[in-house]
Amino acid sequence: MSTRTTTPSGIDRSTRLRLYRLMVELRDFEQRAYELFLENLVRGTSHLALGQEAIAAAFGVAMREDDYTFCTYRGHGHTLARGASMAGAMAELLGRANGMMHGKGGSMHLTDVTHGAMGSYAIVGAHLPIAAGAAWSAQVRRSGQVSVCFFGDGTTNIGTFHEALNLAVVWRLPIVFVCENNQYMEYTPIRSVTAVEHPAADRASAYGLEPILVDGNDADVMYDTAVKAIGQARTGKGPSLVEALTYRHGGHSRADPARYRPEAEVREWLGRDPVQRYRERLLAAGIDEGALAPIDSEAQAKVDQATEEARQGPPAALEEIEAQVWADGGSTWRN
Amino acid sequence: MAQLTFREAVAAGIAQEMERDPLVYFIGEDVAAAGGVFKATVGLLERFGPERVRDTPISEQAIVGAAMGAAMTGLRPIVEIMFSDFLATCWDMVANQVAKTRYMTGGQVSLPLVIRTANGGGTRFGAQHSQSLENWAMAVPGLKVLAPSTPADAKGLLAAAIRDPDPVLFFEQKSLYGTAGEVPDGEHLEPLGTAVIRRPGRDCTIVALAAMVPKALTAADRLSGLDIDAGVVDVRSLVPLDTRTILGEVRKTGRLFTVEENPRLCGWGAEIASIAADECFDDLDGPIVRITTPHVPLPAADVLEDAAMPSVDRIVNTVKGAMR
Ligand SMILES: Cc1ncc(C[n+]2csc(CCOP(=O)(O)OP(=O)(O)O)c2C)c(N)n1
Ligand SMILES: [Mg+2]
Repeated sequence: MSTRTTTPSGIDRSTRLRLYRLMVELRDFEQRAYELFLENLVRGTSHLALGQEAIAAAFGVAMREDDYTFCTYRGHGHTLARGASMAGAMAELLGRANGMMHGKGGSMHLTDVTHGAMGSYAIVGAHLPIAAGAAWSAQVRRSGQVSVCFFGDGTTNIGTFHEALNLAVVWRLPIVFVCENNQYMEYTPIRSVTAVEHPAADRASAYGLEPILVDGNDADVMYDTAVKAIGQARTGKGPSLVEALTYRHGGHSRADPARYRPEAEVREWLGRDPVQRYRERLLAAGIDEGALAPIDSEAQAKVDQATEEARQGPPAALEEIEAQVWADGGSTWRN
Repeated sequence: MAQLTFREAVAAGIAQEMERDPLVYFIGEDVAAAGGVFKATVGLLERFGPERVRDTPISEQAIVGAAMGAAMTGLRPIVEIMFSDFLATCWDMVANQVAKTRYMTGGQVSLPLVIRTANGGGTRFGAQHSQSLENWAMAVPGLKVLAPSTPADAKGLLAAAIRDPDPVLFFEQKSLYGTAGEVPDGEHLEPLGTAVIRRPGRDCTIVALAAMVPKALTAADRLSGLDIDAGVVDVRSLVPLDTRTILGEVRKTGRLFTVEENPRLCGWGAEIASIAADECFDDLDGPIVRITTPHVPLPAADVLEDAAMPSVDRIVNTVKGAMR
């Protein structure tokens, strides 16, 4: 294996190809989800992470199989990055019986516990303390597991951010908080409502943490960051707070055209597309087109296959309405 | 049988389960070193150590959220929310996260956790430290809701709640903490979803909860002097609800009264009244009567608080008036 294809920090060729493959898969999945939304097959809502793939992919590759992921409604990528079934995710978006949660959660709540994807949370900030709780459990069970919690820039202004960070530091929990600063909340720029320039990094010192501000559109940088933060958590050295700068290519949700964003800004960020950029970098590093092209077509085929399985799925079963409120599988509240 | 106070029985219930199951952990504000502001957890830190019995920052969302994350990943956490009124600061965690996550994930996660909280009035603390909030919890699918009235139930129901695979909100009425009663020796468990007939009655059935149970029992004593044989049912488990026991008594007596500490609208008694009207209308000999706190925040001054909450006098007079 050529050392030229390895980064100075030591990310080897095969890891980089895994990163690339995962990013392309997440990109293609989101693109397809958008098309299905326009076809009115995704009925409720969906929040795509087009443009933010490097963050989910890097952590997905860096995490141990039994680590925990907690993410937001913009969490298709984070869930798939743990190895969750793409068909199960697509079918869930479509409200089908073969959906990952039998159609009971929808796009905003993708969860696959068997792969450590502990849920996508749609109340801004709610999952930060929950992720801390999973880290607490890992700590006292001495399991060596790490909890990774992804959230947006807007989430740094809600109380749970403070409560979770403080608790995690006081209890020295094995957790990594990852703020994906995509510059916007729904429609409002984060800088217009935040006391500091870098909503997560500038606040790290309040918790005695080192500020970590990184390029979230650079898969190598993100991977190095993930490895370091996860390693720190796993070896008992406590939590970290990462702020990854990124940008969503599309709107906040549904068919939001995102006209509130200046054209020049959008153009500039599209020029930093993490997938395209990584492809070019790998080519420049001497990984040849022959290694990348099959990844591109395999990702497409995987998304096609998942879409087909989802489309073929029957509608969610009516028995599900009254199922799984309780651990006995039912919903009985009286005798 | 040992004579324990309600607060000692709470600690005994937690201790019983922590002894039995190493995955039971207990966290909250001032619960460890200080033994709780109501002294209901005294001795647990000494017995089980600082890893399993732990003080938290004043962070209700983090307390309940952490319990949820821990419950999802193999622990059986117990948390204390110091006053039930503070549930409002973490209601997202309780009502949106804890209650719904099993359902939304199609049953992928279990949430075996208990949220204990000091509830109710009678302490002259004013409207933000005195509410009876069982009905908030009862209104959310996915939460089990208990409110014991005796030390024996405090221990037995709490222990059963800790063993239960679903999230339980456990309301401890503040005015009961100092009351004493017999608690069975050895392992003690009381099943969720069971009401208890505290006093059988021929003429009417008074259904009460928590601190209203002793009041209803005193009222029934006085009513017997007025030739009214009133029975008292202690609901104790709102979710699941033992309608069989409650309706069984109502069918026998033909009259139903509820005694609720909560403000009027949507109190738990309204649900029981609705079920009774639906399912034993033909057995009723008169209107169902709810005795509640008026629909106001609870005032602080002793005379105001006492007059606002259902009292023995009010129960006696209301029942007597309705039974004429
Ligand atoms: C507590 C709460 N407040 C408001 C909302 C509505 N809401 C959904 S997403 C969102 C923006 C969140 O922004 P950010 O944290 O930056 O995440 P992003 O969507 O950019 O990934 C808002 C305000 C919500 N879901 N929860
Ligand atoms: Mg954002």
